[in-house]
Amino acid sequence: MKPPPFDYHAPTSIEQALAVLAEVGAHGKVLAGGQSLIPLLNMRLAAPDHLVDINRVAGLDAVEAEPGGVRVGALARHAAVERSAAVRSAQPLIGQALRLVAHPVIRNRGTVVGSLVHADPSAELPAVLALLGGSVRLARVDTERDVAAEDFFVGPLESATEPGELAVSAFFPALGRRTGTAFVEVARRHGDFAMAGVAALVGLDDEGAVMSARVACISVGPAPVVVDVSAQAPDWKAAARAVQDRIEPEGDIHATADYRRHLTGVLAERALTQAAADA
Amino acid sequence: MTTKLFGEPIPRREDERLVLGQGRYLDDLGRQAVAAAFVRSPHAHARIRDIDVSRALDVEGLIAIYTWEDLPGLVAEPLPLLIPHPALTHGRTAYPLAKEIVRHVGEPIVMVVATDRYVAEDVCGLIDVDYEFLKPVVGLEEAAQGVHLVHEDVPGNLGAHLVQEVPARDGRSVAEALESAPHVLEFRLDIERSASMPLEGRGVYARWDADDRSLRVYSSTQTSTSVRMALAAKLGLPLPQVEVIAPDVGGGFGVKIVHPWPEEILVPWAAITLGREVKWAEDRREHFISSAHERGQVQHIKVGFDEQGRVLALDVDILHDHGAYTPYGIIVPIITATQLLGPYKIGAYRVVFSSIYTNTVQVTPYRGAGRPQGVFAMERTMDRIAAHLGLDRTDVRAANFIGPDEFPYDQGLIFQDGRPLIYDSGDYPESLRMLKELIGWDDFPAMKQAAAEEGRRIGIGVGCYVEGTGVGPYEGGHVQITSDGRVHVSTGLTSQGQGHETVFAQIAATELGVPFEKVSVVTGDTRRFGYAVGTFASRAAVMSGNAIALACRRVREKALKIAADALEADPRDLEITDGVVHVVGAPAAGIPLATVAVLSNPLRYAFDEEAQRATQFAGTADPDKAPLEDEPGLEGKDYYSPIRSTFASGMHAAIVETDPDTAEIRILRYAVVHDCGRLINPMIVEGQIHGGVAQGVGGALYEKMAYDEHGQLLNASFMDFLMPYVTEVPHIETAHLETPSPLNPLGIKGAGEAGVIPVSSVIAGAIEDAEGIPIMRMPISPSDLYDLRRATD
Amino acid sequence: MPDLHEISLIVNGVVREVTVPARRLLSDCLRHDLGLTGTHVGCEHGVCGACTILLDGEPARSCLTLAVTAAGHEITTVEGLAGDDGPSAVQRAFRECHGLQCGFCTPGFLCTATALLRENPAPTDEEVVEGLSGNLCRCTGYQNIVKSVHRAAELLAEES
Repeated sequence: MKPPPFDYHAPTSIEQALAVLAEVGAHGKVLAGGQSLIPLLNMRLAAPDHLVDINRVAGLDAVEAEPGGVRVGALARHAAVERSAAVRSAQPLIGQALRLVAHPVIRNRGTVVGSLVHADPSAELPAVLALLGGSVRLARVDTERDVAAEDFFVGPLESATEPGELAVSAFFPALGRRTGTAFVEVARRHGDFAMAGVAALVGLDDEGAVMSARVACISVGPAPVVVDVSAQAPDWKAAARAVQDRIEPEGDIHATADYRRHLTGVLAERALTQAAADA
Repeated sequence: MTTKLFGEPIPRREDERLVLGQGRYLDDLGRQAVAAAFVRSPHAHARIRDIDVSRALDVEGLIAIYTWEDLPGLVAEPLPLLIPHPALTHGRTAYPLAKEIVRHVGEPIVMVVATDRYVAEDVCGLIDVDYEFLKPVVGLEEAAQGVHLVHEDVPGNLGAHLVQEVPARDGRSVAEALESAPHVLEFRLDIERSASMPLEGRGVYARWDADDRSLRVYSSTQTSTSVRMALAAKLGLPLPQVEVIAPDVGGGFGVKIVHPWPEEILVPWAAITLGREVKWAEDRREHFISSAHERGQVQHIKVGFDEQGRVLALDVDILHDHGAYTPYGIIVPIITATQLLGPYKIGAYRVVFSSIYTNTVQVTPYRGAGRPQGVFAMERTMDRIAAHLGLDRTDVRAANFIGPDEFPYDQGLIFQDGRPLIYDSGDYPESLRMLKELIGWDDFPAMKQAAAEEGRRIGIGVGCYVEGTGVGPYEGGHVQITSDGRVHVSTGLTSQGQGHETVFAQIAATELGVPFEKVSVVTGDTRRFGYAVGTFASRAAVMSGNAIALACRRVREKALKIAADALEADPRDLEITDGVVHVVGAPAAGIPLATVAVLSNPLRYAFDEEAQRATQFAGTADPDKAPLEDEPGLEGKDYYSPIRSTFASGMHAAIVETDPDTAEIRILRYAVVHDCGRLINPMIVEGQIHGGVAQGVGGALYEKMAYDEHGQLLNASFMDFLMPYVTEVPHIETAHLETPSPLNPLGIKGAGEAGVIPVSSVIAGAIEDAEGIPIMRMPISPSDLYDLRRATD
Repeated sequence: MPDLHEISLIVNGVVREVTVPARRLLSDCLRHDLGLTGTHVGCEHGVCGACTILLDGEPARSCLTLAVTAAGHEITTVEGLAGDDGPSAVQRAFRECHGLQCGFCTPGFLCTATALLRENPAPTDEEVVEGLSGNLCRCTGYQNIVKSVHRAAELLAEES
């Protein structure tokens, strides 16, 4: 279990990084935290000709409040984002999700943007971005574009990032007024990818009535499944049934499709109840 | 400074180096060695049509590529079948490199040697093997039907079939006893595969000394002496020219007792052939698909019993999956069949097993070695009886216990060592009493009721087992006291974390009356001790512990004799305290063992201070006697060979909670009462139990080998083979009972495997109690429990 | 060998120069190039934690880090935990509490626990369990590892 050979690039600026990525195109792979990519290399399930290590690129590790939300740079590690005051005050759901991401040691190295680009349908952060309606900023030589979450997660392990592009940051919208969040999941072991998990966002009006309610579900489709359940609110049981109708779980060695559907329903009700109480 | 160390929780010797990162594990050695890697079959069953290496030949750093056709003489022959048995009529073992046919994913086909492992893996990726696919035989019951065959010449895929029957005391057969039993139940149980999965994989490092014509091999093995003999035989080398050393070994749990593994022959052979040091360190994926698994069985049980729940007849039919090959014989199903009876005296017993080939990784013992399956059968049976009669589950067990006054108790079967299954000692009612107190068995119904009122589901389970430990045939010990006063102890069996350096030093220090610090222990090094069987079957403490004690007694006797001459005293009046031989009650006027060591070897040369000091005693020698009466040196060797195994026992109980909505299963409490006779080091015994229970929790709730119908192992990684982390293992409460074994000088029994044995049965019982649904298959996941709930609704 | 990189790593306080191919894992570089074999390799896919080292003071998987990525950074391995006056409090506590058996996973636990206690000198049981949650041990059932970490916290408190 050793990585196959590759040409190694260690740019120190974004310009250099983009130039290299433009040159290597589809033959290149970006290395940030490496917590998903290097296992694939070690198992020789990935064999890029070029590896572009962005760990030396200056200025990519910023976590900054912006109007209406928080922007997380490509080199911001999970642990740093978890500790960030800007994140905590702008959007508590990120912290709620990060505590469920693998184990503390993995979070020391893994990056938030890396997790988004990896686009694992079982991962927590894509669900957070999808639920909040955030976006990912993709740069290439001389240009950049912001891709909305709904367009970013294309399929299992597939994002909208194209050859030659670098995901330089992600934008997570801030929590609205009188809005609550929750993230609940069930994994086989603590820290494993969840068999099912639900992030919930519930907004109340001034009278305390539910104005909007949405969930994002993981491990039950090719990408995070976002369901608007405002119509069912505050009947969270009915909301859970609506969610179960929308998801497309598949069975694997850890859980049957039926169980995932059932579990998603249970967790949707729990997450919505918690988020409403938190609002 | 005390010299009474037996029974004390002494911190481990080993840890001084291990916590500093100064252990020497296999892959820490041989920095200059070249690396081996293997092309392994990606298919479960196929014929090899062609192997094309042409694309690989230009890789810089390639040293050699070998296929079966390159192997000479005995190296090319199938690996040995280690433990033949008359019932194993169709035993089959693999070739070191596949010859024509591969029979499981992971079977080695090509060996590559290159400058480092990275390059070796590059080369493996460029070797093209052309396969003709054969029908994979996967699934125990499908395999047993024999429609497709794993080995063309093994009809029905049936490797072994064994029937054992013990009639009731009144002579009635199982059939007769079942016929007349007031109650009869019949059911089926399933247990899935797991594996030892030590954190260090296997590994072999070989050095050939061309000048000396000698071979030194390091192997991460549980038996260095047997690897040595196998190597000498396979490579045609004189035995004295081969030495095998087990360095620090990162866990074994059974998988490393199998020998010789293909790599244990191939790596040394390549080292000789190439004239270079060669090393192979198994990676995790290799370990999953080419080392051994265990556990998988299907059991059909028929039991007859009376109103008190006493078992009058038990008829058990076992299908055992032994994978593609049988290098370790049928030890596992034999142990299941014989240890199934546990602490109970039942009426008539009949057990039949069929050991079946499948196109999967071979099955050899993993900690527990067939016992968890047997205990699962028996304890689930006890719970079924209790449920049927509406009795307390512990009362049913108690009604079947062998009484404390009934030892030795002959179960009427032949155990895995070929000896009668006769229990030496135990006190099962007392164990159960202690366990019920520890877990609060009698208070549980109230606790359950209170939980139910909060909408919570909790349940309690219990399981009992008897474990044959310390199987023969023998182990030996060698003890030498040198003129610096140090005590050098060696034994042939190996260590994988059991703390042998510590416990054997405790035994030696106690026996000899020397300070613990003066004793050093070497295990698993054939340069120091050539005769041994190995570390398995919870046997190390019993076998080598007693052998070392006996060797120490010889040395002690010799020391007293020499000292008696020097001190002009009667040896019977002497004792040894803190390494000084003296007359009882007069510790000041003694002679240090260091000096005795000099006297034992009457050289002319006073090469150190001790030798000079010894000259003061030299004048007392009788001029009419030869200077040397005995062998020179203050050393002794002895062997311990028991007439039969000792039988440790224990009982576990657990309280679990199941989530009514998510079906998650959580262990709230876990309690163990354990009896392994006298404890040498309670801290180490406790640690063994903890580790066993954790592996049991893995087997009960998390671990399985998920093969698909093509024979692909779907979870060959730590991401998907779910060994418990700290977050999955509950706090383990323990209590000890000590019924000494009458069979050996130290009164000890083995403890290595105990913790793992009953866990699946205990957890199954607890979940069943919480859910009110029979749990007949383990392990169980939340998804499985959800399915069971739906099937019951 | 194409694509060799000359890098320097600060390992246990000492600058070490080494030439490695880009694909060299930090775990292999430490073990086989620098001879620091105390760091162990149990899975090479980041799950077992045996290879955990401290990278700029924070626990990280050396099997999921390329040596070239670590160039210029500070690395502490198990060999670097002991001080001039002997084993560290964490190392002593593991021995005292029988927190290891085969010892193979131990370096990873020691590094993880060292960082944990640096950040949180008096962790609760839950915090210890969470902190150790990414490391596999097949021998101890974790009971005495958790105990060792609490004991180490006591030793550190006594010494400060």
